Amino acid sequence: MGPEWQAVWLTLKLAGITTLLLLIIGTPLAWWLARSQHWSRQPVSALIALPLVLPPTVLGFYLLIVMGPDGLVGQLTEQLGLGLLPFTFEGLVVASIIYSLPFTVQPLQNSFMTIDQRLLEVAATLRASPRDRFFTVVLPLARPGFLSAAVLTFAHTVGEFGVVLMIGGNIPGETKVLSVAIYDHVEALDYGAAHWLAAGMLAFSFIVLLSLYSLNGRLQPGVMK
Amino acid sequence: MTVSRGVQARFRCSFGAFRLDVDLDLPGSGVTALFGHSGCGKTTLLRCIAGLQPADGALTVNGETWQDGSRSLPVHQRSLAYVFQETSLFPHLSVRRNLNYGFRRIPEARRQVGFDQAVSWLGLDHLLDRMPERLSGGERQRVAIARALLTSPDLLLMDEPLSALDARSKQDIMPYLETLRDSLAIPILYVSHSTAEVARLADHIVMMDNGQVVAEGPLQQTLARTDQPFGLEEDAGVIMDAVIGQRDEQWHLCRADFDGGHLWLRDDDTLDTGQRIRVQVLARDISIALSQLTEQSTQNLVPATIDEIAADLSPGTSMVRLMAGNTPFLARLTSRSVHTLSLQPGQRVWMQVKSVAIVD
Repeated sequence: MGPEWQAVWLTLKLAGITTLLLLIIGTPLAWWLARSQHWSRQPVSALIALPLVLPPTVLGFYLLIVMGPDGLVGQLTEQLGLGLLPFTFEGLVVASIIYSLPFTVQPLQNSFMTIDQRLLEVAATLRASPRDRFFTVVLPLARPGFLSAAVLTFAHTVGEFGVVLMIGGNIPGETKVLSVAIYDHVEALDYGAAHWLAAGMLAFSFIVLLSLYSLNGRLQPGVMK
Repeated sequence: MTVSRGVQARFRCSFGAFRLDVDLDLPGSGVTALFGHSGCGKTTLLRCIAGLQPADGALTVNGETWQDGSRSLPVHQRSLAYVFQETSLFPHLSVRRNLNYGFRRIPEARRQVGFDQAVSWLGLDHLLDRMPERLSGGERQRVAIARALLTSPDLLLMDEPLSALDARSKQDIMPYLETLRDSLAIPILYVSHSTAEVARLADHIVMMDNGQVVAEGPLQQTLARTDQPFGLEEDAGVIMDAVIGQRDEQWHLCRADFDGGHLWLRDDDTLDTGQRIRVQVLARDISIALSQLTEQSTQNLVPATIDEIAADLSPGTSMVRLMAGNTPFLARLTSRSVHTLSLQPGQRVWMQVKSVAIVD
């Protein structure tokens, strides 16, 4: 595998794993945000939205410190025998999860909030337990939300640069993702190679968003057959 | 072991300025109408019974305790079905899958109502593969009712199931509801503010106002109370069940026998001998004679005994309760007639019934 394809593969792997983990983490979190009346709902919402407004370097900087040898997380991972996370693929996954969290939680939360509470009451009177109601009523009705969340999370992780550079560095096959590879080519004035990757990203992003919009048009609940 | 039949419900809850405080003992079968103005708490009571609205209290349904003190079964563990006022079908499921939603969750041994039975009761055969958005309002409500029945509930709760429908759809659904009332051996609590629906469907009635029960009892006796707790005013009158005993084909009349007498009705060829019907006689349609006057146009002369004479809405009229056998009647008379005929409780009189309406 050439270095370019290595970067492409690494990027897709990172985005895929991040999306999967975020859907697992983000679903209960979004459900809680959509339904809870607890006072901590607002602070938690604000915390989750932080990556939207912070420069990625700020996020990367603090992650580097927290996950480094003197940071809380760093000490924990070392004690668990996992070593230190910065400049590893696992470190990138952790950083991506935090960085892309709002892109998973917000679409899910929005689609959960549009589900009529009445339908959940109906399901309860038809003997569905809370878990059963979630899988048979909430999930199918929130399908467009899940699709948006997955696509946005994946695409946003593919496009990540600042955070990766701060805590991942530039290790081929380990942390050298597409955006970093493009940056490298430009630094080295190898515009041809940069074009090759950059145009590929551009086309990829466009196709992803196009399929998202057309799928969402067809997946409105109630129209599904 | 004796199992107490019926529904014993005691609830207290409050939110904002509203307080619900009820203690009811309702029959174990038939339709109980929860009647009252909007905001009187009838829907809240229904939600408390379903477990959708947390409240302090106790609830026993045909001997099974669903709530008592701090112990309260979650909604999905209560053997009940709930038909909501507005459309509540799952938009992502076809009619068939909506119906199956509750049915699949009931163990086979506990199923009393079969899928095909519910479908035919509510006339849904041709709709099974439709999506809810392609149904009319009346069809949706029929699907919702069938879906509820398919859980073979021990208690059926219906919250104004017809109120969102137009008059035509109401007329279409009513016979289905009557079928249910006559086929199911379970208590049905039916929230309504429509006297017409209550007259047709209810066996028992609970009148609520401001979170409290103001009157309660079997429909026939409660409607015949001279103090008129239901505030029917001009429509005050009694309801009774009767059986068609004879048809007079020459004069197109038929005789409806009730416990204590009979009434002649116009026969429009829809009634058969032996058929059970429910009739309404309004208080303003009864006048009283001291002797059996045979030379007059009123078809219906029923001997009865005056039971009670009470004040009415206005001082010019009085409400007279009469008993024909075991069946109570109300007559609204002018106070002057009561005086000139010197009517007294215990007196034998003749009721001239000017009009009888069949309500189902």
